Amino acid sequence: MKLRRRQRERLSLWLQYLAFVAVIAVVVLAADWGRLREAFFRVDIIESMFPTVITVALRNTILYTLGAFAFGLVFGTILALMRLSRVAPYRWVATAYIELFRGLPALLVLFLVGYGIPIAFPEREIPGGVFGSIAIGLGLTAAAYMAETIRAGIQAVPKGQMEAARTLGMSHFTAMRTIVIPQAFRIVIPPLTNELILLTKDSSLAYVLGVTAQTIEVTKFGRDTLNDRVNATPLLVAGLTYLVITLPLSQVVRRLELRYAKAR
Amino acid sequence: MTTSPSQPAVEIRDLHKSFGPLEVLKGIDFEVGHGEVVCVIGPSGSGKSTLLRCVNLLEEPTAGRIWVNGTEMTDPDVEIDAVRRGIGMVFQSFNLFPHLTVLDNLTIAQRRVLRRGRAEAERVARANLDRVGLSDKAAAFPAQLSGGQQQRVAIARSLSMDPELMLFDEPTSALDPELVGDVLTVMRKLAEDGMTMMVVTHEMAFARDVADRVVFMDGGVVVEQGPPDEVLGAPRHERTRSFLSRVLDPTHVAQLGRPGETAEPPEAPGLPADDRHQL
Repeated sequence: MKLRRRQRERLSLWLQYLAFVAVIAVVVLAADWGRLREAFFRVDIIESMFPTVITVALRNTILYTLGAFAFGLVFGTILALMRLSRVAPYRWVATAYIELFRGLPALLVLFLVGYGIPIAFPEREIPGGVFGSIAIGLGLTAAAYMAETIRAGIQAVPKGQMEAARTLGMSHFTAMRTIVIPQAFRIVIPPLTNELILLTKDSSLAYVLGVTAQTIEVTKFGRDTLNDRVNATPLLVAGLTYLVITLPLSQVVRRLELRYAKAR
Repeated sequence: MTTSPSQPAVEIRDLHKSFGPLEVLKGIDFEVGHGEVVCVIGPSGSGKSTLLRCVNLLEEPTAGRIWVNGTEMTDPDVEIDAVRRGIGMVFQSFNLFPHLTVLDNLTIAQRRVLRRGRAEAERVARANLDRVGLSDKAAAFPAQLSGGQQQRVAIARSLSMDPELMLFDEPTSALDPELVGDVLTVMRKLAEDGMTMMVVTHEMAFARDVADRVVFMDGGVVVEQGPPDEVLGAPRHERTRSFLSRVLDPTHVAQLGRPGETAEPPEAPGLPADDRHQL
């Protein structure tokens, strides 16, 4: 029997629903929920992690992330301007830096900053201790990515904007600062927010610097608690804690992108 | 900047400009007197916009010298930012700053360049908005305005710097036809107030009514210039005539470009064969 077009489509749709439900049912029925709950959802362990997971771990994660982001943003903007500079050596240095630091794992850079700088300058300390080391260590890598984003943003501002500003008697520098860069940053807010989300998760690399009870962040706190209690529940708590930061951020990015689509 | 009456507002001597192998300006000699309104017309690619952009050094001339109000623009040591304060420029694409309100568009250069205080800058800005008939749009953002309104804001922005010379680069070419009039009215008023103006335009009616002098450019040279009645009414050169016939009667001449079409335009009976390729 030959089905009509609408019947065919309806059949195909139902088959897809069925496949979806079947996969979920298999997973749900086959999993051993009792053991899962025992391994990942021990209420007493969850309770024991509060409020430290928020007051110390989450707070430190946010601080490290913001520190690295601020450092990366400032340094990345400088790199972007160097890449667009008329001074050729500036361009070479910026290009080399960006290529190098985009290619190195953030973990390695953090390690080099945390242990390399104290060896190189024994009588000096990185300002801010662990916080400073993390902000710089992660920021160095983030700056390389942000530099490319910001450069693209600057180049996306129409040439006429610079011309109009120069025609009004502004110097190149004043025109950049008051006309071009403010517009460039509006363009790059969505990709920079993505960078912020990536940094939030990269802040878990702080453990290589040997954090203490006061400087611990979410992932390390989760793993330490896991070792103490010989139970995986802390990992679930740590994961959900990250989502508290990253989900609203993703929402912000989506909103900004929408607003941008309307303005253009 | 001292301005002596003996010097013209703009003086251009043997100006050449090349983009790579392409020579766009092939030796321009040209003057604009104080208070004079000069309209530059010509086919696209004739170099008229490039000429205008050379006057305030948005384009670096390849050879030749340019003076504006007695200051040599082509002097390698010219304080370019200082000289540009005295030269307003209006672009085809408006180039308003989209992240600033209309008022801030008008005050930002006054404050950053002329170092005027906020109150003074806003007073000047509002006076100039009033001059272009948009005093009620001070708080709007450029994207909320029509093209004609944006271009009038752009004119007011230039005027806020108290320029002695205004350059207009096809100011109405990007506008819907019904919005052209408002912009031209503002420009006409400006001309009547005695502003020195250099206008690249396709608006022949504006050139005829407002210009003191019309300059016809083609192929990177000034072909002819003179009072609008002469250049537009009784052109001496063949190229001027064929250009005017194309602009003033476009539907007729458009057929010329078709293959197999042999008719000559009645206005330009002796059109040379090599010129026809450009149609």
